[in-house]
Amino acid sequence: MLLLIQYTLIFASVLMLVALGGCISEHSGIINLGLEGIMVVGALGGALVMSSLSTSSAIVIVLAAMIAAILAGMLYSCLLGVAAIHFKADQTLVGTAMNLLATAAATVLVKAMNTAMNPDNHSSEIEYVSARKMFIVNINGFEFNWFMLVAIIAVVAVYFILYKNRFGLRLMACGEHPQAADSVGISVRKMRWAGVLISGGLGGLGGLCYILAGVSIWKFENGVAGFGFLALAVMIFGQWKPTRIAVAALIFGLFRSLSNTYIGFDFLTRLNLPGNVYNMMPYIVCLIVLAFTSKASRAPKAEGIPYDKGSR
Amino acid sequence: MKKLLKNEGVQAFVAAIFCILAGLLIGYIVLLFINPSGASESILNIIKNFFTWSRPASRIKQLGNTLAKSMPLILCSLSILFSYKVGLFNIGTAGQYVAGACASLYAALAWGWGWLPCMIFAMVAGALLGGITGLLKAYCNVNEVISGIMLNWIALYTANTLLTTVKETASPYTLYLDKVTPGALLPTLGMDKWFGNDKVTIAVPLTMIVAVIVWIILSKTRLGYELKATGNNRNAAKYAGMAQNRNIIMTLMISGALAGLGASLLYQTGYMRWECTQSSVPSMGFNGIAAAFLGGLHPIGAVFSSFFIQHITDGGQYVNTNFYSSQISDVISSVIIYLCGFVLFIKLTMKKIIAKSDEKKGAKQ
Repeated sequence: MLLLIQYTLIFASVLMLVALGGCISEHSGIINLGLEGIMVVGALGGALVMSSLSTSSAIVIVLAAMIAAILAGMLYSCLLGVAAIHFKADQTLVGTAMNLLATAAATVLVKAMNTAMNPDNHSSEIEYVSARKMFIVNINGFEFNWFMLVAIIAVVAVYFILYKNRFGLRLMACGEHPQAADSVGISVRKMRWAGVLISGGLGGLGGLCYILAGVSIWKFENGVAGFGFLALAVMIFGQWKPTRIAVAALIFGLFRSLSNTYIGFDFLTRLNLPGNVYNMMPYIVCLIVLAFTSKASRAPKAEGIPYDKGSR
Repeated sequence: MKKLLKNEGVQAFVAAIFCILAGLLIGYIVLLFINPSGASESILNIIKNFFTWSRPASRIKQLGNTLAKSMPLILCSLSILFSYKVGLFNIGTAGQYVAGACASLYAALAWGWGWLPCMIFAMVAGALLGGITGLLKAYCNVNEVISGIMLNWIALYTANTLLTTVKETASPYTLYLDKVTPGALLPTLGMDKWFGNDKVTIAVPLTMIVAVIVWIILSKTRLGYELKATGNNRNAAKYAGMAQNRNIIMTLMISGALAGLGASLLYQTGYMRWECTQSSVPSMGFNGIAAAFLGGLHPIGAVFSSFFIQHITDGGQYVNTNFYSSQISDVISSVIIYLCGFVLFIKLTMKKIIAKSDEKKGAKQ
């Protein structure tokens, strides 16, 4: 039971971080379908720092890895920013390309580095056993991960940025009616860049959190298994509102953690379902939830539409 | 020359060539970055693919392999572009492809069906999965990209579970098709002798026919017109008396059937077997996105662009594996997709340049 709570919380933290990123980006008017790829790049940035830093100071490693993940995610999100804000590209297409590129590039890069260090090593894995321990505080068998705290801080911060702050209100104006925002002197481009970069940072952080969730070795060929999209579903279920996103993330996190922990429950093992059913669970729940919540969508009105000064 | 450049098709072609060159260049730079000494040779090998073999017979045989794998890719890109023309981004093609693979393999291995029923069953499975996305989109307003991705994973785990019942006991792979049900293998129509490769089958002519049919449906029929109208403006189409919900569902079902067919045309050649423990959705459906956009969203363009993408993907195995990994091809094709996002901009720029020079000419006269 403790294990279930632990996994639920850590997966919920991943989903919260990434979904909040998606939420900010969409409020600025850019659909960020590339979150999946941003997560991979963020995870790569964090993993590289974790495997190369050799200090024993926990704070240094935790902070350095987090900062690396944020920076990597932000840098990668520039691909979306340039294409969607300056070249009016199709945001769905660009996001998809970013997802494919991230996994492929990360694989190529990690394999090249592994091979350079040891010519017989052609794997795409990075190990961070000792670094992972620094993220975790053991409280009577419950593994508290610092990311759980980071996720809560992120929820509060995004709430204040969006609703209690001039910047956030301006950002949201650019997602609802960019022409109106422009007419009162708000730079739509700047706001959208801010949205994309923040979502890149949060997405990268979420990616690092994901690879730290249950394992201490990550194979970059696998990407992040659709978690970026799951986060987008969380965002839709959360109706683009930070507090609701937090609740939605907890629900999805619970279903995701079942596939790691169902063996520990007698009544679940007695059902004798194949393990794949539990693997499918979050996706199925997501579909059902979306079916019921998408109708009354509170999506920002101008999301996905390139801003054109001339159009009305 | 200028007249030629004004043609939309030519513009699309120029843009595609630009994307390919830029993609290859970036791939080359990545190789240089990893290890400068073998980069030129490896990038050339990627471009050459089957030409890297010196014996003509081996070349033809490898060409056959690339052809066999291009057919499902063509169908996946047709699947993508068909729905894209109707304003739907069917990223679920990847999952519909999985459903098709699962259906055809299961029918062949567990029930011993012949090749044609298996193929049709695969199309039905793909269509059903596409239909779910369509229903959710039409009646519940669920974004088709998100539901498509979710269904991709559901399809993958379902396929893994189902196909585990027909797998070899010692390995995670499904049983050999040619040993258990040879009748499910696609007929080769004698083409195996030309290529010295029994993986070249009826799939090749069949795919060409399907591509032409898709082109005719989209550009020459009332159905195609209605579907495109629904894509352009759902409300206007409804106002004009078109059954918009039906059109959305039908589009995704056709799209899914195409993807399912693609899977059956690969797995029923016996080229590869399903790995029941695989933890990621096969990339065929995603590469279809690259091919569809590179082909200028035209069915005939998709045929050529798919062959090209498969060509460089296969070329990836000829890189010097002492330094590089074959996934460099995936990097190149994903860069190409990314650049396809700029096609609209490239076309606009071309138009602007032409208009400007026309203006100058007019002023001189």
